Amino acid sequence: MFKVVRKKEWHPTITELWVEAPWVAKKHKPGQFVIVKMNERGERVPLTVVDKNVEEGTICLIFQKVGKSTFHMGLMNPGDAFMDVVGPLGRPTHIENFGTVVCVGGGVGIAPLYPIAKGMKEAGNRLISIIGARTKDLLILEEDMKAISDELIVTTDDGSYGMHGFVTDALKQVLDREGQVDMVVAIGPVIMMKFVTKTAEPYKVPLVVSLNSIMVDATGMCGACRVSVGGVTRFVCVDGPEFDGYQVDYDELMMRQQMYLEEEKLALEKFRQEHPEAFQGVC
Amino acid sequence: MADEKKPRKGLNLNRMEMPRQDPRERIKNFNEVALGYTEEMAVAEAERCLQCKRPVCIDGCPAEVKIPEFIQLVVEKKFVEASRKIKETNALPAVCGRVCPQEEQCEEVCVLNKKGAPVAIGRLERFVADYEAAVGAVEVPQLPPRTGKRVAVVGSGPAGLTVAADLALMGHEVVIFEALHKAGGVLVYGIPEFRLPKAIVQREVDYIQKLGVKLYCDVVVGKTFTVDDLLKEEGFDAVFLGVGAGLPWFMDIPGENLNGVYSANEFLTRNNLMKAYLFPEYDTPIKVGRKVAVVGGGNVAMDAVRTALRLGAEEAHIVYRRSRKEMPARNEEIENAEEEGVIFDMLVNPVEILGDEKGWVKGMKCIRMELGEPDESGRRRPVPIEGSEFIMDVDMVVMAIGTGANPLVPSTTPDMETNRRGYIVADPETCKTTKKGVFAGGDIIRGAATVILAVGDGKKAARSIDHYLRTGEW
Repeated sequence: MFKVVRKKEWHPTITELWVEAPWVAKKHKPGQFVIVKMNERGERVPLTVVDKNVEEGTICLIFQKVGKSTFHMGLMNPGDAFMDVVGPLGRPTHIENFGTVVCVGGGVGIAPLYPIAKGMKEAGNRLISIIGARTKDLLILEEDMKAISDELIVTTDDGSYGMHGFVTDALKQVLDREGQVDMVVAIGPVIMMKFVTKTAEPYKVPLVVSLNSIMVDATGMCGACRVSVGGVTRFVCVDGPEFDGYQVDYDELMMRQQMYLEEEKLALEKFRQEHPEAFQGVC
Repeated sequence: MADEKKPRKGLNLNRMEMPRQDPRERIKNFNEVALGYTEEMAVAEAERCLQCKRPVCIDGCPAEVKIPEFIQLVVEKKFVEASRKIKETNALPAVCGRVCPQEEQCEEVCVLNKKGAPVAIGRLERFVADYEAAVGAVEVPQLPPRTGKRVAVVGSGPAGLTVAADLALMGHEVVIFEALHKAGGVLVYGIPEFRLPKAIVQREVDYIQKLGVKLYCDVVVGKTFTVDDLLKEEGFDAVFLGVGAGLPWFMDIPGENLNGVYSANEFLTRNNLMKAYLFPEYDTPIKVGRKVAVVGGGNVAMDAVRTALRLGAEEAHIVYRRSRKEMPARNEEIENAEEEGVIFDMLVNPVEILGDEKGWVKGMKCIRMELGEPDESGRRRPVPIEGSEFIMDVDMVVMAIGTGANPLVPSTTPDMETNRRGYIVADPETCKTTKKGVFAGGDIIRGAATVILAVGDGKKAARSIDHYLRTGEW
C-alpha cells in the first residue's frame, strides 16, 4: 500500500497529493510518470511525478478531476492509501545545457512541466517559463515556477490574471524578442500543444512535447497509448512520453483520447450519485 | 505398491469425455467452459493407463511430471497424494492441467494414442489439483536448510513461478518482482477466466508464497530497478528473467490507429486483469463492436474472439490468412470457438482498416489468399489472389498476430546479449545469458510459445541457478 502523507487543494478540481513510494522517489527523473490504482476495482491511471522527497520516500502528484477515478482520488486524505503505485515509467527528459530554454505549460500541464523546467535550470540553461490557465483560480505552481525561472510569464484566457491571452501568444512574443531560443518544451492539453507547435514552427526552434494518451499497463505491453510520430506508430508509455513536437499527429491523439467518452460519462454520473461530497464546489 | 496392482483387462479405448458448459449458455458468461471430471470419471480414465515399464509420456512433458505414478494414485483414489506427486516436479498442476497442449506433448506420445485414444493426462492432472485444493489439503513440503543465497525472479508468469518454487525447495531465498499489480503474468492478463479461472492462478501463487517466496508487485525491472541494481545494490546472488514476450505486433496497415482497433494484449488485459467485463462495477472500460474481426489463428486469437462473443458482439469472426489446417491454435480451442458460433474466414488477409468521420472503425478491406509453396515454418505460404479485395462489414478489429520481445529489460542491461529479434540470448539447456549471474527463460528467450515450455525453462533454470549458487561456476 502507498500511503498519502500530505494533501493540498489548489482548486475544487485540482488536488495535490504526496504519496509514499520510496523506490519510485529514488529512481525518478524529470519527465517520468507513474501508474496509480486506488483500490481493487480501480483503473490504472498514469500521472506525472511533479516532485519528490527522497529522504522521506515520497512523490508529489497533481491531478485535475475530470472523471470518476480522479474525483475519487480527490477524496483521499493523509492516511488513506493507493493500492498500487508503479514507476518511474517512460523515458526521462533529455536534459542538457542547450542555452536558452522556454518551458510552456497549460492548465494542469504545468505540473509535469515543473520538474523538467527545474532540471533544465539546474543544467545551466537560461529558463523562460510561460504558464497559462483558463482563469486565475485554475493557475497552479506559480510560486514554484517563479523560483526556478529567469523569467516567468503568466497568461489567462479570460484576462483575470497576468497577460490576457493564450500561452501561444506569450510564446510568439518571446520567440520574436529573443532571436535565439535553443529549445521549447510544451506540456498541456493536446490542442494547446498542437498550437504551440504551429507557433514555434516558423522559428525552426527544437520542440519537445509530452503526451498524455490512454494507457493500461504502461510497460509497452498493450499498445493502448499508440500515437503516430513522423508517420510511425510509437507507444507513448515506453517510447515517450516526450516526442519531437513537429512529428506528432495531434488530431489522431485527440481522436484516440475520445475512445471511452461514453463510458467515462456513465462512470462519472454513477459516482456523482454515490459520492455527492466529491463534487463540492464544482460547477 | 506396484505389486498390488490389479491385472488390467486389456485396452480400453473409451477416453472419458469431460463435461463442459452448454455453448448456448456459456457465451453469456465468463465462467469456466470445462467443468472437470467427477471422482468416478477420474478413476475410470486413470484405469485406462497401461503403466508402461518405460513411460514415454514423461519424456513428452517439459515439467517432467511423474505421470504413471500420479495416475496410479488416482486409480487407488489417493487424489491428494496424486496431486503432491505432480507437485514434486511441477508447481502449477491446476494451470497446466487446463492450458497445456497435452495433445502435442504427453498425450501425443502416449502408447494409447496409436489407437487414437491417449489417456487424458491433462484432465486427470487438473482433477487432482482441484481436488487437493477443494478438500483444503494443500500442504507445504519440508524445506531443506537455508543456503543463505538470494535470487531475484523478474516476472511472475509460468517461468518465474516455476523457477521460484524450485529454488525455494532447494533452500534458496527467492524474491519475485512483478510489473503488474497482480501476480501470474500471462495467466492473469492474457488467458481468459472461461479457460483459466483467476482464483486458480491465485491459488498457485499462494502456494508458492507458502514455500517462503516473497512477492513484490508494482516493480518494473528496467525502471524501478535495473538488473545491475538487483545484483549490486539489492544484494541478489543471481537473477532470473522471465519477463515474457510482451510487445504486441500490429500489421502496419492503414487505419490501425483508429478507435475500435485493439491489440489482443490490450483487449484481453482490459477484460482479464482489469475485469472490464464487470464495468462499471470495476473502473476499466472496454469496447465491443456489433461485428468483431479478430485477426490471427493462434490460441490468443481464439481467446479474444470468444471474449468478444461473451461481451455481447452479434458476430465474431476469425480472420486468418492461411487455412484451418495451418492454424496454430489448439484444436480443442478451435472447436470450442466453433461451437460458440464464431465465424471462420480462412485464407483472408486484411489490407486496410476503414474509418468513419469520427475516427471509428467502419469496415476492413481484405484480400483473399491461396496457399503456395511451404515457407521456413514448413507451412504453405499464403499468397494474395490479385483482384480479390473485398470489404468486411465490421466495427471492431482485434489484432492477434503475435507478440515480440519487450525491450524494457534488455535495453537497460547493456552487457547482456539479445538476438536480432530482440530476444535475450540464453543457453537452451542452462538458461544462462551472456551476463554472469543472470538467467532467462520462457517467451523472452524464444518468442511467444506455451505455458508448459516456460515451466520447462523454469525447471532447467532452477537447476542451473542452484549449481551456480553452490559452486560459483559460470
